Amino acid sequence: MLRVIVRRLLQLVVTLIALSALIFIWLRNLPGGPVEALLGERATPERRALLTKALGYDQPILVQYGKFMQRVVTGDFGNSIRTGDPVTEVISRAFPATIELALAAMIIAVGLGVPLGYLAARWRGRSLDNLTIAGTLLGISIPIFFLGYLLKDVFTQNIHWFPPSGRLTTGLDNTNVTGFFVLDGLLTREFDASADALWHLILPAITLATIPLAVIVRITRASVLDVLNEDYVRTAEAKGLRHRTIRGRHILRNALLPVVTTIGLQTGALLSGAVLTEKVYNWGGIGTLITDSISGGRDYPVLQAIILLAALIFVVVNLLVDLSYAFIDPRVRVR
Amino acid sequence: MSDPITQAGTPAPRPGDDKPRPGMSERSIGLLGDRKKARLDELARAGVDQGGVSLVRDAVRRLRRNPVAIVGAVIVGLFVLMAIFAPLIAPHDAVQRFDELTKNLTVDTIPGASGDFPLGSDPLGRDFLSRMIYGARQTLFVGVLATLIGLALGVLIGAIAGAFGGWVDVVLMRLTDVMLALPSLLLAITLVAMASRSSQWTVIFAVAIVSVPIFARLLRGSMLAQRESDHVLAARALGVKERNIVLRHMLPNSLTAVIVQATLTFAVAILDAAALSFLGLGDPDINRAEWGLMLGVDGQRYFEVRPELAYYPALAIIVVALGFTLLGEAMREAIDPKNRR
Repeated sequence: MLRVIVRRLLQLVVTLIALSALIFIWLRNLPGGPVEALLGERATPERRALLTKALGYDQPILVQYGKFMQRVVTGDFGNSIRTGDPVTEVISRAFPATIELALAAMIIAVGLGVPLGYLAARWRGRSLDNLTIAGTLLGISIPIFFLGYLLKDVFTQNIHWFPPSGRLTTGLDNTNVTGFFVLDGLLTREFDASADALWHLILPAITLATIPLAVIVRITRASVLDVLNEDYVRTAEAKGLRHRTIRGRHILRNALLPVVTTIGLQTGALLSGAVLTEKVYNWGGIGTLITDSISGGRDYPVLQAIILLAALIFVVVNLLVDLSYAFIDPRVRVR
Repeated sequence: MSDPITQAGTPAPRPGDDKPRPGMSERSIGLLGDRKKARLDELARAGVDQGGVSLVRDAVRRLRRNPVAIVGAVIVGLFVLMAIFAPLIAPHDAVQRFDELTKNLTVDTIPGASGDFPLGSDPLGRDFLSRMIYGARQTLFVGVLATLIGLALGVLIGAIAGAFGGWVDVVLMRLTDVMLALPSLLLAITLVAMASRSSQWTVIFAVAIVSVPIFARLLRGSMLAQRESDHVLAARALGVKERNIVLRHMLPNSLTAVIVQATLTFAVAILDAAALSFLGLGDPDINRAEWGLMLGVDGQRYFEVRPELAYYPALAIIVVALGFTLLGEAMREAIDPKNRR
């Protein structure tokens, strides 16, 4: 087990280094790079040359990359071109917001998706099954930013159930501990802040959960259907085991493996979706940061760090998922 | 029941089916052994072709009985017809600004339906219905091109990896791993951001690149599975050139799964293109009528003023994406050997 972990970690490092080199070289070779973005198109060549030199962009690309990696190892990703703040600070400010949103969405997707998929499989061909399948197809075909606007319109304009945007009601003074507002409220016993944050969280989380939910329902359904036809399920029934035992031990546990893999793979969809969802609800997380970093002149240091971070999250989550097999599936543990 | 194997005497391995069925291999090798080497290539190709036809025919037969496939095909068909005949269907020109519409435009009103203009105006006083109809054309263009570029690059990478195996395979698959490690939309955003200014082509290209690793992996997996299969072994034993084995035996047999994937990719492509427009990274041409652009730019900006500007393109995108998804899923089910009965 340990050897597997070490090998996977090494692979992870190699992937990230390759990715960082690719992105670094890519971004530096763009026409209209950061210098243009900072000075505008009408800057004099002298000023341009000066800034190019100040930013170190006049050196050979390999030297630049070497210096970049040197600083990255010490946790320094440079400064944002747009605001001048250190990139690590900019990102860590926005990071908890996105994680909070993504976690909430995942809880909705898994909590709703697995039972729904299971029920759809058990009642295959019945109306619940057909309805579920139709729903999942619609879920993957709808542009989620449009769904976001639709939900926002219905639930904040027509019926005022939820606040339209942001993470907290303005003027509400909460103590910032972790940056996860719902958690912060609980930790500092400011339960009103916690409730308010949760209230703001619901609509964006539902929007973001759409695609993962649809995918998880489908995979769960397909996987349960596969298992239902297995001989050992029939045997268990023939033995006269209680239905609850068969369901829990024989069907769900065996059907869960592909579902867990899917949950890992959906991290990517969550990060993609977060960019769109955050823009709709003005959420102020990593997604907003990406949009701002592109539209307000290309802020390469920030973009570069976010891309690496996104890849890191994706790879780490999938590593954790693989490791979790050992707990779900005893056959993996033996190997 | 038509058995695809008996038709030409050569086995027609199916994508995703890496285990040859017992009984099939002996018969085919015996048959192949009787032929002369010179004729083998032609025969095997004919076998593959006929096997391919019967595989396709078999799949089509099952598709025709599947209501899901029919619904999907009808939607896709109507969409393509609308795209082709847009100039004939549309009541007006898509870019012309009409005085009777522009004079009613104010900061917070965009005229709705009126006599000549069933869906009313867009924010620039153009006929919205005509733009919707012409939109089918541009949407089809973006979707098809993005899918084709992604498919071509993916097939190239996958075929090279699957044909050579070994270290070439390792390097190429590591590359696709790196691409897969990035969330798809984030990759597309990065690609668009890298162009100095966005255009329709940057959108198409970005959306295409995202699908490359998927196609590459799919094709490679299918080809690697075939490397060990009986008909490739037979061809190799008879001294068919490696190049011909790859191009004539392995590649054609692997393509079905890739084509099915392309149908599904089309749906994702138009959704991603819409998302890029929404993020302000889309095509800046204000004359272009494309559903994703209409939804992502005007639909978003004037949602409070006139939500129909978002509803209609969104509905169109949903229906078309649904159509391609239904058709793709039904096709995937139809070619899946598990469902071959």
